[in-house]
Amino acid sequence: MRRVLSGAGLAIACIALAVFLLFPLYYAVLTSFKSGSELFRVDYWPTEIDLSSYVRIWQEQPFARNILNSVLVATSVVILSLALALTAAFALGRVRFRGRKFLLYTILGVSMFPQVAVLSGLFEVIRVLGLYNNLGGLILSYMIFTLPFTVWVLTTFMRDLPVEIEEAAIMDGLSPFVIVTRVFMPLMGPAMVATGLLAFIAAWNEFLFALTFTLSNEQRTVPVAIALITGASEYELPWGNIMAASVIVTVPLIALVLAFQRRLVAGLTAGAVKG
Amino acid sequence: MLKERSISAGRKRAAWLFLAPMLVVLVVVAAWPLVRTIYFSLTNATLVDMGRYSFVGLSNYLAYDNGRWYGVLTDPQWLASLRNTLIFAVASVSLETILGVLIAVLLDASFPGRGMMRAAMLVPWAIPTVVSAKMWGWMLNDQFGVVNDALMKLGLIAAPVAWLADPTLSLVSVILVDVWKSTPFVALLALAALQMVPKDCYEAARVDGIHPLRVFFQATLPLIGPALAVAVIFRLLDAMRMFDLVYVMTGATDSTMTLSVFARRELVDFQDVGYGSAASTLVFFIIALLTALYVMAVRLDLDGRRR
Repeated sequence: MRRVLSGAGLAIACIALAVFLLFPLYYAVLTSFKSGSELFRVDYWPTEIDLSSYVRIWQEQPFARNILNSVLVATSVVILSLALALTAAFALGRVRFRGRKFLLYTILGVSMFPQVAVLSGLFEVIRVLGLYNNLGGLILSYMIFTLPFTVWVLTTFMRDLPVEIEEAAIMDGLSPFVIVTRVFMPLMGPAMVATGLLAFIAAWNEFLFALTFTLSNEQRTVPVAIALITGASEYELPWGNIMAASVIVTVPLIALVLAFQRRLVAGLTAGAVKG
Repeated sequence: MLKERSISAGRKRAAWLFLAPMLVVLVVVAAWPLVRTIYFSLTNATLVDMGRYSFVGLSNYLAYDNGRWYGVLTDPQWLASLRNTLIFAVASVSLETILGVLIAVLLDASFPGRGMMRAAMLVPWAIPTVVSAKMWGWMLNDQFGVVNDALMKLGLIAAPVAWLADPTLSLVSVILVDVWKSTPFVALLALAALQMVPKDCYEAARVDGIHPLRVFFQATLPLIGPALAVAVIFRLLDAMRMFDLVYVMTGATDSTMTLSVFARRELVDFQDVGYGSAASTLVFFIIALLTALYVMAVRLDLDGRRR
């Protein structure tokens, strides 16, 4: 009897938790299928499937361009930070040299940086490089939060690989560059997928730099475009459009996260549990 | 022997070569901009022409003139944003930690559907913050929002509540949305730590007839403590620099403005690079100080336990 009761309690707790976690997304989908005055009637179940918000979103702003921008920025950020971090991780994880510990902790310190603390200095750097209102400026500035954790996670991962892996390669007289690309890179696959995904998500979701370093509608990334969707007045926000846009950019991300959930959670927890 | 030494010297040279690109990028996007921001905070530069400015010393921070105090440190709006940020950080991180551990304990038990629950936890975390802010902004809408509708149907409130317009409630709303979004992160880290606790530890306690709550507080919690401490510092740092959620949900209003929102407004909207940089620099030092204090406190605590 007691076991049945506690089983029921567990089930109720789980259902309540699931509703709390998932209801906002469900309600966004529900809203995105409504239009006109229907929007202002609260419904808990789908009453109609009206796709006009999904049509309008592409017409009223350069939303396709915004999505392309986000994809370009996030992909470039992933490739660039993985390339920089992999070589750095080889140096930090496999070679003993003076200043190694100090460097590692400095890099960890950078990951604790509040982004706003570098805003005016970064503004100047981006202007001097001619990257203002340019996707290149975003790709460069995003390195401040993707590099530290990719370097950190890849370094811990590479340090834990056995010495024997390298010995044969060194005996054969292979250069360190060949060792990294031919010996380590294939072994680092899982860690690179996890950190690459985390970097992709971070870049896809970033708002402060994207808002500050771009000016025109055509250069905006998705989060800024969604934040700045406005109606005729402040009190007439087109909620149908906002929710349709939100669903469009969120669903692929959730699919990605769920498809790779094991690796992602492993990547997320690697630093915390080991550290 | 000689060959070995030359190999190791070669490797060291290669190591620095391999580090160089990453270090150059970090200098360009982190170290140099930080130095420049601190430097700008001592000037009266504006965003229109960042090259023309003169030195004003510390007067962006604090200055006394004609019987009045000036500067960020005496700015009532900055003080309000400091208060908001601290309340936000302490409240949201405490709630997220407590709820996160509870959820982790719940999911540590094996039951059918556990994998689905764990997947569901990733959903709020995966949704972009701006989208979360918009979704909740719509749900908390005072006239057409589903939250007011549901609470009224359940008879919990008599009239619609202005969740985002009321000065006190708007900060509470922002905290709740952050709890919704970030509790899963804490729960996942806590769960990973819980699963590393040896199961025979629970078995022994059960055989000895020790109350589960006592086992939790005296065995489980200390064992997952270090992992939890790391999760808390990550969350605390994130909460102290909070920008997007507040900016999108409530804009730059006094009742919810955070340190980051204040600094960006001075810098970009008011084009005052000197004043804005002073505010940015203060964010940096406040967070650095809190981090140092936290790390010290946690280490002291751990040492005390060991003794």
